[in-house]
Amino acid sequence: MSSSTSTSRVGRLGKPGTNPEQGRSGAVAPPPSRQPRSSSWQRRIPLLPALIFVIVMTQLPFLGTIVISFMNWNAYYPDERGFAGFSNFARVFTDVNARSAVFVTIVITVATVLVSLLLGLAIALLLDRKFRGQGIVRTMMIAPFLVVPVAAALLWKHALYNPEYGLFNGLLTLVLGEDAPQPDWVGTMPLPALVAALVWQWTPFMMLILLAGLQSRPLDVVEAARIDGASEFRIFTSMTLPHLRQYIELSTLLGTIYVVQNFDHVFTITAGATGTANLPYFIYQTFYTAQDYGRASAAGVVTVVGTLVIAMFALRTAFAIFKEEGR
Amino acid sequence: MSTTTSTQGGSTTRGTTTTEVAGRRFVQARPPRRGMVLTVLAWFVGILFFFPVLWMVLVSFRAETDAASNPPVLLAPISLEGYRTFFAAGPWPPLLNSMTASVVSTILVIALAFPAAYALSIRPVKKWTDVLFFFLSTKMLPIVAGILPIYLFAQATNLLDNIWLLIILYTSMNMPIAVWMLQSFLAEVPVEMLEAAQVDGAGLLTTLRQVVAPVVMPGIASAALICFIFSWNELLLARVLTSTVASTAPVFLTGFVTSQGLFLAKVCAASFVVSLPVLAAGFAAQDKLVQGLSMGAVK
Repeated sequence: MSSSTSTSRVGRLGKPGTNPEQGRSGAVAPPPSRQPRSSSWQRRIPLLPALIFVIVMTQLPFLGTIVISFMNWNAYYPDERGFAGFSNFARVFTDVNARSAVFVTIVITVATVLVSLLLGLAIALLLDRKFRGQGIVRTMMIAPFLVVPVAAALLWKHALYNPEYGLFNGLLTLVLGEDAPQPDWVGTMPLPALVAALVWQWTPFMMLILLAGLQSRPLDVVEAARIDGASEFRIFTSMTLPHLRQYIELSTLLGTIYVVQNFDHVFTITAGATGTANLPYFIYQTFYTAQDYGRASAAGVVTVVGTLVIAMFALRTAFAIFKEEGR
Repeated sequence: MSTTTSTQGGSTTRGTTTTEVAGRRFVQARPPRRGMVLTVLAWFVGILFFFPVLWMVLVSFRAETDAASNPPVLLAPISLEGYRTFFAAGPWPPLLNSMTASVVSTILVIALAFPAAYALSIRPVKKWTDVLFFFLSTKMLPIVAGILPIYLFAQATNLLDNIWLLIILYTSMNMPIAVWMLQSFLAEVPVEMLEAAQVDGAGLLTTLRQVVAPVVMPGIASAALICFIFSWNELLLARVLTSTVASTAPVFLTGFVTSQGLFLAKVCAASFVVSLPVLAAGFAAQDKLVQGLSMGAVK
């Protein structure tokens, strides 16, 4: 018990002003292993309500999805309900829309996370210096993330993208005059339009985490390197970036978890039209609009299996991130 | 996409000085001029990202005819038309539902996650890291993959369109985040304090309430803030599982837009009102926001 605090530190990311070398975060020591039975149950009791609740709420519905995925079940034809074998899966794999949904999900997620990460990093570097109005600029940068996603999607669709009176085409008119091109942004480039709206919301997220990472750099070491004549570029590549690595990984992991599930933007901006339905939207449509429960569930199972494969890598990375600090 | 293009546009407006200095960004050791340029650039980027939010607010206070002007004008006569239309459409029940679902689920999350975090940090169970990563892995399970059985269950038990169903679901949705965050905060409670409480013969609940809770209050606040925001923002579950009685503000927002006639001012007014609680809470607690977003990894 005595070592509990150091034991339980899973080595979180470096805290501001903490030099990892000082060994403030101790190594991940195994918790005291041989405990009397009653004691180990005493330890478990506070955990159980939350754990059981989460297991029931997240694992049981998924078991239900697996069962339904093997059933022929369309709410429009209640009499035809029955066992379907793998036919739902066969339909999902041969369905052009389903395959497109997989592709769209990957494109949206990779593009959004990558662009937000790079922009977020650049902006974090910009904000990581003392300048007049630093706090105000940071506050302004956070704002996009604090707009409710549906509201942000509506804002982009109508107030910015609208071909007749949206801000983008309005600015084109303002700069180029009456004959300015007035593109139909969502109509002609639906995927980039979606990604741009998502990047606007997720860049602040990345920026906040990376900025916190930058500010936890041991500055005395950077200062020493500078005095020794290291160039800014050298300091960035061989000191700042390695230090930021775990923050980059963390923000990528969390950003991916959220963006891959995005429903609000697809639903609001394109309603899945013109090849922009991602997996969440595709499943929603199959289940909610087409009422094809069997096929929707099969698509759900496929999504989860796909997610699990990626998640295993992601979890391993996450594990490494949170353990590394324990050195 | 739009952002990158405009950034470039920005540096050209400031002319040759910018590019000239930007060329030797990393070479020279902090010339004062470079500092100026970087400051201007930072301000420019900040304003660029903030501008859509500002635009939403500006347009929301316009008459519909002014809101739809092309080319745009920065300042137009103030009109409350958009807000009047929005509030006449009956937004209060959904707004209250959102508030109920977010607040109650946040309280439930903290009430369950706090003792769980204790059992994963201060008096850890065996394999506590595995449990922690199990919690994280449930966040990776797409909500949409479990939504149909939840829907069918709610249908069979008459729970459809019931705010309690959303409360329970939001609680489970946010539990992993809260457990992770609180675990990292509890791990920092000085062991001496806990030993002292033990010597005094304090039970688990007393220890949690009177010794641990006051120390980790900032962590609890961060977790609560992020749980509140995510519940308030949630659309998919609310859209599928509620219809009239229990529908939330985001659902109301999606149904509010009819693309007939001019509607830009009222869309902006509605979006602004619905976002206001999150904007206010987030601005007021920026540091808590960072902690919450990084699940406690950044303090």
